[in-house]
This record gives sequence, C-alpha cells and structure tokens, in this order.
Amino acid sequence: MSAAVRVVLPAHLRTLAKLSGDVHLDIDDDVTICTVLDALESSYPMLRGTIRDQVTGQRRAFVRFFACEQDLSHESLDAGLPAAVVTGAEPLLIVGAMAGG
Amino acid sequence: MSGVRVLVGTRKGAFVLTSDEGREKWDVRGPHFAGWEIYHVNGSPVDPSRLYASQTSGWFGQVIQRSDDGGTTWTPVGNQFGYEGAVGMHQWYDGTQRPWEFTRVWHLEPSLTDPDTVYAGIQDAALFRSVDAGQTWQELDGLRHHESGPAWQPGAGGMCLHTIVLDPTTPDRIFTAISAAGVFRSDDAGTSWRPINRGLHSQGIPDGDAEVGHCVHSLAMHPSRPNVLYMQKHWDVMRSDDAGETWREISGDLPTDFGFAIDVHAHEPDTVFVVPITSDSLHYPLDGQLRVYRSRTGGDEWEPLTKGLPQSDCYVNVLRDAMAVDSLDSCGVYFGTTGGQVYASSDAGESWAPIVRDLPAVLSVEVQTLP
Repeated sequence: MSAAVRVVLPAHLRTLAKLSGDVHLDIDDDVTICTVLDALESSYPMLRGTIRDQVTGQRRAFVRFFACEQDLSHESLDAGLPAAVVTGAEPLLIVGAMAGG
Repeated sequence: MSGVRVLVGTRKGAFVLTSDEGREKWDVRGPHFAGWEIYHVNGSPVDPSRLYASQTSGWFGQVIQRSDDGGTTWTPVGNQFGYEGAVGMHQWYDGTQRPWEFTRVWHLEPSLTDPDTVYAGIQDAALFRSVDAGQTWQELDGLRHHESGPAWQPGAGGMCLHTIVLDPTTPDRIFTAISAAGVFRSDDAGTSWRPINRGLHSQGIPDGDAEVGHCVHSLAMHPSRPNVLYMQKHWDVMRSDDAGETWREISGDLPTDFGFAIDVHAHEPDTVFVVPITSDSLHYPLDGQLRVYRSRTGGDEWEPLTKGLPQSDCYVNVLRDAMAVDSLDSCGVYFGTTGGQVYASSDAGESWAPIVRDLPAVLSVEVQTLP
C-alpha cells in the first residue's frame, strides 16, 4: 500500500527545487524520515546534500524535522512517522533552525 | 559589440553586471540564488557563456550552479565533495588536531582550455576537479595528503583553499594558496604537490620562516609572464620571479602592507594593484580613506589612486577574491567591498565610479571581457 505524504520545505529549498507549495510524495515503503527523504531527493535531485549529508545520511546540523507538534529531529531516521503524516492529514515539516540573518 | 560582464558574489546572492566597452552605463541583474552566500562566480575563458557559481548556506550546505547562457539561467549541478582516502587531521586554532571536514567551496577556477573542466578550492582545504561541467567532483588528494597537512591551520575565515592559478604556458602546472598553510605548486596536473613558501616571514607561528603555516591571502599572475607571481600575504606584499621557488617582499612605500586582494594590469605585467587594509585587527582602510595602490614597477614603489573613491569615513573591507581586471584596450579594474559597493575604473585606476552602491557585502568579483 502506498502512502501520500505531504512535506513542507523551507523557503530556500522550495526556491532551489523550483516549488511553489508543499510537496506530495507517494511512498511505497514504510514511512520514515529516511524513506521520505529518499523519495524527495529522487524527485528533486538538487536537494541532495541540503537536508542530510550525502555520505553519512545524517541530518544537517541546522535542519529540524517537525510533525504533529512534535520535534522529530532526534528520532531515528528509520523510525516510523506518525499516522497522521502517513495518511497525509498532517505534513512533515523540514525546517531551517531558527536564526536571523 | 565588445563589452564586459562583472560577476559578483555577495552574502545574499549573485549579481551580473554588464556594460559595453565604454563601461559607463551598466545593466544590473540579480540577485540570483537570493539569500544564499555566493562565495564565487567565475566564467570559462574558452566559452564565456559557461559560468560556475558556488552557492552555500550554514543551514543547507553547498550547491554548485552552472549557467550556459552567461548567467541568465542556471542549473544546479553536482555538490558532493567527498575526500579521497583517509580523511587525516590538521591543526585547529588552539593547536590541537582535528579531522578534515567539508564546509564550502570558496573558489571555482575553470580550465584554460576546456569549458567542462573546472577546479574547486574548498574548506577544509582541498582541491577538487570536475571534467563533466560540474556534475561530479573528484579530489586531487595529493595536496591534502602532503606530509605537512597536520601542520596546516585555519585562518580567521576557516581553513580554506581560496586561490587557484593555472599556468597558461605550462599546462600541468597549478598553483594553490591555503589559509593558513601557504602556496603549493603541482607540476603534474595536480597529482603531486610541494610547498613553495621560501622567503615568506610570518608572525603568529612558532617558526616565522617555516615551510608551511603562512596565511597567504591571494595570488596574481600575468598570463604573458607566468613565472612571476604576486602575493598579498596577511602582512606583506610579495613577489616571486621563479614560479614560487623564492619570494621577496615588495611592500616598499605602502602605508600598510596588510590586505587581501591583489591583481595585475591586463597589458602591463609590472603594473600591480592592491588595496591596503589597516591591520590584522582593523579590517578597514587606513584613516577611513579607501585607496587602491598601484605599482608600475612590479612592486616596491606604489602610488595611491583615490579619484572617485571615498576619502573620509570609509570603513569597508575588500576581500581576497573581490578584485579583477578586464582586458579591453584601456584596462578596467574592479573591486567590491563589504559595504556592498562595486567600484570600476576604465582607465587602469586613474579614476573610479561605483557601478552599484548598495548590494549585500561583496565576497567576490570576476570580470569577463566579451568579444
């Protein structure tokens, strides 16, 4: 069964990927941050390396993952995402850490 | 119609400034990649329509952009810069050892003969090359694996390979400069390297005459005389007449010999430009007066160039990659400031006028002379 996951990207990455709104991804696997990022980078290769390291797969230090009012940044990348994200009712928020400039 | 295209990298995007050969009326396009730090934009000398840009962010890492139409449209290309082999250790600010870690691309240097080949100087210091127009990058790891690597240390901006100079008459010869390690030369197209810092004297390192550890800020070469190199070091303006084997100081009568940028007149190999900066602790012009200094004697004797430049209350900096020249009959000289001005002179520095005054802080300026 495939899931239709909604991802909200920070403005700079939407611009880089030439996106005007949320991203909708069909995931045929378990829905984890890792599988969502795999699908995102497959559809938008220019995002490779901007959210997670291309070699280690680890989240970049100033990027955070939020969903359902929870901070998932420090969860395992292979942990299942909340059911509301899997159904598309709630988005996975990929957020640049709060800072000015 | 001949003209010039000025490629400007800033803290918040890239700008492309174009003019005809009169260099009086300018078309300003940008910001490209708005909001991102653009460390460098540079064009192929073989195909002026081919540009490469280093787009970087503390949040989202490194992106490389390529344009095939002179900067009108851009395409993200490869951004994976993986060190070859053992990562190794270098010196940290406090003298302890720390592993090499990729941070960003400081400088992009397109090949003199092939528009699809481009070199990248990165932080932490290493040299990469792409032979497929930026799609993939391979490290020329003989440099980073040099036996002196553990003694290299970061300058204030990080441990960066910021300067790449390709020798137009000896195709396998490459010069690079690293802060704070010094100058290295390869005579086999980047396979093996050796430090060429004899004659440099630096404070702030235990042995001021050491083989490596010098904070070289930038290098310049005139293509007709590639064995002559000019250097702006942290302190001291230097010259080599033997392709870097030995260096001698040419600071001469400069009011201060601290600075970042240096360049050579397009048609006069002994005419050199620098922008003196007060000191290592005061990164702005002496006495609040923005002055370019020009030597017509290959160094030692310098004259201030001030016409059109602010001569009071000016406290901007001119960074290492932020000065360039064009090769029109009357040589144009250009530099950008951390205050967002890009100044141009169409008469080899005699007079100056701002092309733009209010860009974000300028990190780099390159110039293409268009046919």
